[in-house]
Amino acid sequence: MLDLRRFTGHEMRLTEKLVEFNWAFLLLLALIASIGFAMLYSVAEGSFTPWAFRQAARFGVGVCIMISVAMVDLRLWMRLAYPLYGVALAMLVAVEVIGFVGMGAQRWLDLGFISIQPSEVMKVTLILALARYFHGLTLEEVSRLRNLLVPLALVGTPVGLVVLQPDLGTAILLIATGGVLFFSAGLRWRYFIFAGAAVLAAIPVIWSRLHDYQRNRVFTFLDPERDPLGTGYHILQSKIALGSGGIFGKGFMEGTQSQLNFLPEKHTDFIFTMLGEELGLVGGIVLLTLYFIVLMFSLNVALQCRNQFGRLVAIGVSMTFFFYVFINTAMVMGLLPVVGVPLPLVSYGGTAMLSLMFAFGLLMSVYIHRNLEISRGPSAFW
Amino acid sequence: MQISGRDSNRYQTFTRRAALLAGVQGVAFIALAGRMYYLQVLKTDQYRMLAEENRVSMRLLAPLRGDVVDRFGRVLASNRQNYRAMLISEQTPDVEETLERLSRIVEIDDFTRKRIMRDIGRSPRFMPVTVAEDLSWDQFAQVNINEPDLAGILPDVGETRDYPYAEEFAHVLGYVAAVSEKDLEEAREEQPLLKLPGFRIGKEGIEKTYDRELRGVPGSSHVEVNAYGRVIRELAKDPGKPGAEVVLTLDLDVQRFAWERLKGESASAVVMDIHSGDIVSLVSAPAYDPNQFNMGYGTAAYKELLESPYLPLMNKSLAGMYPPGSTFKMVVAMAAVEAGIEPSHRVVCPGHYSLGNHVFHCWKKGGHGAVNMHDAIKHSCDVFFYDTAKRIGIDAIAEMAEKFGLGQTYDFEVPGEKAGLVPTPEWKRGAKGEVWHQGETVIAGIGQGYLLATPLQLAVMTARIANGGLDVKPRLTRAIGGELLPVQPPKPVGISDEAIAVAQGGMNGVSNEPGGTAYRSRIPEPGMELAGKTGTAQVRRISRAERLSGVLKNEDLEWRQRDHALFVCFAPYDAPRYALSVVIEHGGSGSGAAAPVARDIMREVLTRNPVRPQAKTPSGNPNSSRAG
Repeated sequence: MLDLRRFTGHEMRLTEKLVEFNWAFLLLLALIASIGFAMLYSVAEGSFTPWAFRQAARFGVGVCIMISVAMVDLRLWMRLAYPLYGVALAMLVAVEVIGFVGMGAQRWLDLGFISIQPSEVMKVTLILALARYFHGLTLEEVSRLRNLLVPLALVGTPVGLVVLQPDLGTAILLIATGGVLFFSAGLRWRYFIFAGAAVLAAIPVIWSRLHDYQRNRVFTFLDPERDPLGTGYHILQSKIALGSGGIFGKGFMEGTQSQLNFLPEKHTDFIFTMLGEELGLVGGIVLLTLYFIVLMFSLNVALQCRNQFGRLVAIGVSMTFFFYVFINTAMVMGLLPVVGVPLPLVSYGGTAMLSLMFAFGLLMSVYIHRNLEISRGPSAFW
Repeated sequence: MQISGRDSNRYQTFTRRAALLAGVQGVAFIALAGRMYYLQVLKTDQYRMLAEENRVSMRLLAPLRGDVVDRFGRVLASNRQNYRAMLISEQTPDVEETLERLSRIVEIDDFTRKRIMRDIGRSPRFMPVTVAEDLSWDQFAQVNINEPDLAGILPDVGETRDYPYAEEFAHVLGYVAAVSEKDLEEAREEQPLLKLPGFRIGKEGIEKTYDRELRGVPGSSHVEVNAYGRVIRELAKDPGKPGAEVVLTLDLDVQRFAWERLKGESASAVVMDIHSGDIVSLVSAPAYDPNQFNMGYGTAAYKELLESPYLPLMNKSLAGMYPPGSTFKMVVAMAAVEAGIEPSHRVVCPGHYSLGNHVFHCWKKGGHGAVNMHDAIKHSCDVFFYDTAKRIGIDAIAEMAEKFGLGQTYDFEVPGEKAGLVPTPEWKRGAKGEVWHQGETVIAGIGQGYLLATPLQLAVMTARIANGGLDVKPRLTRAIGGELLPVQPPKPVGISDEAIAVAQGGMNGVSNEPGGTAYRSRIPEPGMELAGKTGTAQVRRISRAERLSGVLKNEDLEWRQRDHALFVCFAPYDAPRYALSVVIEHGGSGSGAAAPVARDIMREVLTRNPVRPQAKTPSGNPNSSRAG
């Protein structure tokens, strides 16, 4: 076992870590979350119940989780990567079994005191597991075919389970996250070209296996006017609400389309539309800019980090966050089909908020331990 | 600080690829911003319009239907509160189930159920549809209490048409009823109004004629609705204009009196102002209850109306056509005077009149002896008029009949007016392709044969005799929406004073001289004396065999076979003001059945609307005899 002090000079104490913690970044997250609270307040026609207050409370819990996670030594997270992944996988299986027994689509695991959506947990633990795995490989080793079997299984197993739920949105997010980590670890370009070709070839097969409601979403995306009162309703009403907002919006709590319920799911997946209607182009751009700052900060964390695990975790968190923001906003603007992806930090929802704050905790842990060098070898740490 | 060599190329690759991902993120965000710019700046006007369409919905407000009042402003048709139950189909998971539950409180028959389903089918799902109307207070209270169990049911208070006098005015006012598919097709741009739940339109009578005026102008309410069509708040409201009040020329009291007098018969009566043409009363019996039409007549009750031999749905005063019988004799007498026959000209009546090998009988078996024109009218001698008709010919008679308003319509305000028939040889050639026989001229002399007139026409004829030969036309409406309708001053029909004097004098003889056919039905009160003429229109042919064995009395005949009883009169004789015609179908004789009724009605008219006693003006200057 190696002495870690050889790399860092000394073990960081808790107070040092608290000083190292980037409080400005937390403030940025709080700012974004506050915009969410305001919109939830507006959705409830000027009331903190039922959404805004609970969302704020969750964010508070999320902040505690984030700080706690950030305080934990990055090497411990590295050690816990596989066990956590295993737990998440077990939960996914459990959900599948319960769902099978209960004869219906099941995405939630009720632990009595809290309901957990295992697919959300999986998104974070998949990043940890893949980062842990690629940390141990040199650039040359990454592109060796036999070394790809394990990470492909790491991605493929949960994707398969999630598709069974069926939750296409999460499955795509998991694949995208996996892809980002493969890409950042240095996998050769040709593998991505092969994979892309394979996906194209598989599309007809996948299409034939899709559920009707999933196909409808694609159809509707391609032509929202096809069924303006059915599945196209969401996209059409979302575009109407956004477009009618104009440059400066109709004013806080003055959004007619949202307030009159023309806009569906406005406190969850379509909250960005409401923001766009009430606060206009200006409000939307402000929020997108804040998101972009979060993304650039987390990319910077990745670039500054001196160990591969940290870098991969940071870029994994960053890109997952990006996928969420992009898929959600592009969906409400009618650029992507309707998939059930919330707007991070802003949409109402417990598990998504908590797992995201957990991920930001990991990011912050990477930030705090950015100067830590961790050897590649399997027993290189601890 | 240094990074080991093998890690450094990992690091470099990572940096390159992370930069690439950052670039992807940047491009994606630019795309998002661009899309927002497109939606919120370039296309904002279009989406703003769509948003308004989403949000603002225009609701029509049914205007309050105008009242119909009599000449003194007493209400004949109005609106009253109507407790009803509406159904909003989108608010119930199962319409059938809701109706089933409601039917425990309010009876809903199959016909209504079908109508409800049809209404639901043709209106948007958030639009209330009338399910049950005219609920009693108890039923309405029960619906309100049980509202939580009656998904989609909305208790509501609306306005509905109300006819306080029902049958008395049924044929004049007509009725309103639910909008039919045909009405909708004809309405075109007014469709939205007609589609309002519970909207009614005029289907008969004044309600139909002045439907547009009574209907008013619909208001509108611009309301903000949510995605489910529920009204959130009102943005702007235009109350519209309530329908105009229609003032009729009728006198409520006279109308009710006449109705009471005719009730039980199949009969009609028309009272008319001889100068202005104002119809004071227009009754047709039996009648129906227009309130029932409003709410939808029960199938059985409606069938009964349709199948009744007394034709309650028919407005007999306008559409009933009868041979005028002896009431036509004044016209023949006037035609004779105009043709140059002296009023003093006498004809001997032996009780029958022969033409070729055909014998025409007088109603009086033994005959009247030698009678002049005055006595012929007074006694209603048939032989005198057989002879006179033959002398002057059918064309002279027809010309005079048309001058006095027969064989034509008057554009009367109540629909359904019939023209009757004044036969001429040309008419017969055209209609039947046969030549005219002289015998037909002879029977036309006593108002039989092809001649047909409506009670309204008989009233007009009498009015024109009474006013000295002015072509007064009947009218039923005094004012609409506070504006008096102009009265066209009548023009002379072109007849000599002498002829008028013969007709008026003859009618005076009928009523006021002992021996006149209606002497028993005179009005003895000074200043109210009426001058009339009886008429008994034969419905069946009396065969030669029957005549020999003794003509059956009317009372012994089946109702359908009995003679129609007619009476026309005007009063007061000294200063004529009102003309009246009464027709009692199969009532027997004019003197026995119709004259007493006419006398009573005329006395009622004069009692309620006294005419200032004035010197008699035989020339009939219309203005000299007008009561203030």
